[in-house]
Amino acid sequence: MELGDHLFRRESGRMVAALTRIFGIHNLQLAEDVVQDAFCRAMEVWPFRGIPDNPSAWLMAAAKHRAIDVLRRERTARTFAPEVGRLLESEWTLVPMVDECLTASTIKDDLLRLMFSCCHPRLREDAQVALVLHILCGFGSDEIAAAFLTTEAATHKRISRAKKVLAGSRHLFDLTDTDCEARLSAVQRALYLLFNEGYHGASAESAVQAELCREAIRLAMLLIDHPRIGTPASHALAALMHLHAARLPGRLDAAGNLSSLFDQDRSRWDSRLVEDGLRLLKQSASGPEISEYHVEAAIAAVHAKASRAEDTPWREIVGLYDMLMTIRPSPVVALNRAIAIAQSEGAERGLEEIRGIAGAECMADYPFYYAALGELEHRCSRQALARGHFQAALARARNPMEQRFLQQRLDSCA
Amino acid sequence: MSEFVYLYRSGPRPTRSPEQAQQELQRWMTWLKELTEKGHVKDPGHPLERSGKLVTGKARTVTDGPFAEAKDLVGGYTLVQATDLGQATALAAGCPIFDIADGTVEVRPVMRVS
Repeated sequence: MELGDHLFRRESGRMVAALTRIFGIHNLQLAEDVVQDAFCRAMEVWPFRGIPDNPSAWLMAAAKHRAIDVLRRERTARTFAPEVGRLLESEWTLVPMVDECLTASTIKDDLLRLMFSCCHPRLREDAQVALVLHILCGFGSDEIAAAFLTTEAATHKRISRAKKVLAGSRHLFDLTDTDCEARLSAVQRALYLLFNEGYHGASAESAVQAELCREAIRLAMLLIDHPRIGTPASHALAALMHLHAARLPGRLDAAGNLSSLFDQDRSRWDSRLVEDGLRLLKQSASGPEISEYHVEAAIAAVHAKASRAEDTPWREIVGLYDMLMTIRPSPVVALNRAIAIAQSEGAERGLEEIRGIAGAECMADYPFYYAALGELEHRCSRQALARGHFQAALARARNPMEQRFLQQRLDSCA
Repeated sequence: MSEFVYLYRSGPRPTRSPEQAQQELQRWMTWLKELTEKGHVKDPGHPLERSGKLVTGKARTVTDGPFAEAKDLVGGYTLVQATDLGQATALAAGCPIFDIADGTVEVRPVMRVS
């Protein structure tokens, strides 16, 4: 019998979340140790006795036994979560309390509370994302480092520091708190960045990228099921992720090379994800609020509905980018807007727009800034200029896949 | 066919990510499955706890074993059958225990008493 893909990773987040509710956020490390222990147990027992019928339940039970041991042994030495503190004093209440905390029905809420706790305002966004990946998605620091193209030591340090902040917050975030809304937008942002890291990220491995996207979607779907935080913006965020993820299978051509949105074989897009995305987008239109996620999802929906690149209504897309520029302006949004203008009004107009981008210098290391310039100069038949831009892009490529893609574009400017 | 016991020895398991733990587990399952399919496994055996007591000497002194941190603790055993010690040893070489530091497999022929 084979184990489900990433079973341990998935269960890790669920178990840590449930245990943290009992132990308290200040004992996060203890919760992680108990989970590690449950995995060790499985590794010792399963090879000899076979995989249990319900591996998740087995792991949860192993964590439960270990947690009860720890609680009994350390209840005088440590303080645990204030909400359950008194229940730990008596054997009569200790076991039923642990039982209840580790049942599937409450774990969703535990995951949400931990997710909100990870997006602590004292943490930088990149630290929040790393923490979410580590604690809720069960990624090791070496795996996170590989996805973000940084060193393991740096990632490890970032996570340890972030964990200290988290442990110092004393309480798990409470979803009934008055600052729930403010924290929700930080959570949405972190999930958005997590998804983007998968979608546009530097990692060369498409498997890694797809996995990050899948995790972001899984966490976003936890938001939308909740009455208080399943807001229109949360729905829009989930819609946007589905619609983008639908295009992932088309991003690589048969030879494993990057393929631009214009050249992708659209029949390879995942129609089920498109459908889910469009449904979520519809559900997101239930209030007066229009977030950046609404607009980005709307743009993705327009692309998803065009069965051929040349059927894309570029004017509509330019209009949506105009809206996005008023809600959340950034040089990268401006660049995408300029590309859409080039599509609808011609390459010269696109170049004009790119030249007018405020703050373009922050894209100095972004290969696709130069690639866009190269592409448009190429269309204007100024091949020497185009080559210069593609060379600049190539020098900034972040992985072999981007290198091959940009080399191809450079070669086509003969 | 002769019988042999594999004694798996190792130090404490290192900390690793859930994904790495699952991969290591999967390697164990695959290895034992292959042995079983080739008809070498007489009894998959049992894992042993990393705790216990040590009884020593005439006085039967009972001590807690220094088990948890030991580098060569027997963590489990399997009863296998193979044509000879050479084959049993060769089969043991595929064990994933060698992926962790201090991992060894002790291959011991079961004594035939007629």
